Amino acid sequence: MTDPILRIAGVSKTYKSGTTALHSVDLDIDRGEIFALLGPNGAGKTTLISIVCGIVTPSTGTISVDGHDALTDYKAARSRIGLVPQELSTDQFETVLATVTFSRRLFGRSGHSAYIEELLRDLSLWDKRDTKIMGLSGGMKRRVLIAKALSHEPDILFLDEPTAGVDVALRRDMWKLVHKLRARGVTIILTTHYIEEAQEMADRVGVITGGKLLLVDRKDALMKKLGKREVDLKLAEPMAAVPDALSRWNLTIADDGRRLRYVFDAEAEETGIPALLTALSGAGIAFTDLETRKSSLEDIFVDLVREKK
Amino acid sequence: MNLHGILAIYRFEMARFGRTIWTSLLTPVITTSLYFVVFGSAIGSRMGDLGSVPYGAFIVPGLMLLAIFSESIFNASLGIYMPKFTGTIYELLSAPLSPLETVLGYVGAAATKSMLIGIVIFATAHLFVDLPLAHPVLAFLYLLLVAVTFCLFGFVLGILANGFEQLQVIPLLVVTPLTFLGGAFYSIAILPEPWRTITLFNPVAYLINGFRWTFFGVSDVGVVASVSVTAVFLLLCLAAITTIFRTGWRLKS
Repeated sequence: MTDPILRIAGVSKTYKSGTTALHSVDLDIDRGEIFALLGPNGAGKTTLISIVCGIVTPSTGTISVDGHDALTDYKAARSRIGLVPQELSTDQFETVLATVTFSRRLFGRSGHSAYIEELLRDLSLWDKRDTKIMGLSGGMKRRVLIAKALSHEPDILFLDEPTAGVDVALRRDMWKLVHKLRARGVTIILTTHYIEEAQEMADRVGVITGGKLLLVDRKDALMKKLGKREVDLKLAEPMAAVPDALSRWNLTIADDGRRLRYVFDAEAEETGIPALLTALSGAGIAFTDLETRKSSLEDIFVDLVREKK
Repeated sequence: MNLHGILAIYRFEMARFGRTIWTSLLTPVITTSLYFVVFGSAIGSRMGDLGSVPYGAFIVPGLMLLAIFSESIFNASLGIYMPKFTGTIYELLSAPLSPLETVLGYVGAAATKSMLIGIVIFATAHLFVDLPLAHPVLAFLYLLLVAVTFCLFGFVLGILANGFEQLQVIPLLVVTPLTFLGGAFYSIAILPEPWRTITLFNPVAYLINGFRWTFFGVSDVGVVASVSVTAVFLLLCLAAITTIFRTGWRLKS
């Protein structure tokens, strides 16, 4: 096992207003992984990211970036990090090329034109390089922010709600870029409201709410552990209540008695479906259609947050 | 030392200046010319020489400093206030830059602009009056010291300000009155008591007289006192900036 590229230990934050945004968060991020931080608005996601990047000062705890303390050895730590913020904060009067070159230099690197050209081409910004940012659409501004964050070739990229308010084309380009970066060995930490994307992209998922990191697990393990499956039977005749003969199954009636829903553990050895179907025909209940469904990460997430409240 | 980072900020700020270069340079030229028309020709012709110095020449150092004060405060405060206002400060705070490097970039650029404007006013003044310059090197160094000091002051104001109008308050309500009352257009020596003594408590009077000494070799106050007052103000601004960066006050939550 190699050392984690990012180690967050006991980090908490209480703002001057008295609001505690983070309660002693511990988190290790592995080299080269894609980590998704999920949580409702105000959960503390942005505060956590801002602390790692040096924008917010933590009240307690330590952060180590590739072995460099983020507070005492901040130059070494910060030069390894790129941040794409949630807000579209840009210098309106600068051109695309100028602002990306500025970012690269700000992070201590010389203006490396070949790398910047490749980066701008990857983000479909090369044709717009001499356009002032004020003349760009919201989606293009988002691309500029991504280019700025990657301009100094960071080892870790933070994407704070990267796809909020972004069109399909950009979202597709962005995930393509994420794959490319990952192949290059860049570690990516993202927060997103589009949970299906985290489900598709992330290796591991952390669920945060109320400033507490509830759980961190591999995405597939999380799906297995907490995932539910459903069988939906479309009944030939509507039903008022679940008959006693079927009481040993976890059944509910939906759609005004027209559907019978069976929810079971996705990982259970016995699904109980064959026995249920036999019992149904024994009880003379006919059905016209059958659907099965796996719960998504979103369902798991909603359940988890509700449970912990 | 993150030299690339310092230069990136410096270039960024100078580019901002470059976008408005004509208004930036034309404004002080016009303002200075107006002062010369009013004080130099209209009123100045009725004034006697102050000591050995003709009145038209006498007001030049004060005019230069008047512009340097306001331009330094304005440019340096806007330089750091704009990223706060637009939100782009996130990048500055997350960059591998020490407080010293950040200050060097912003204050360096603001001081460069101030010096350029000072030199333009100096050149403009030559169109109106014969202007001796007793100690050119010292004049340049003293102007640089004052420009850097007021840029540092402006930088502090820019960090502390919560709105654009707050950027204007200190220059308009404190610095400009102190400059007018500090002998920019007259010699302290011609004031009756108690105004003469009261003026000696105005720090700006020392700055103006120090600079005037580099032109004419004469001054209402000692040169050492002038340099000392400037240096103290410089150190106060540096202390304020150090405190701000150490505590993150008004910069980081």
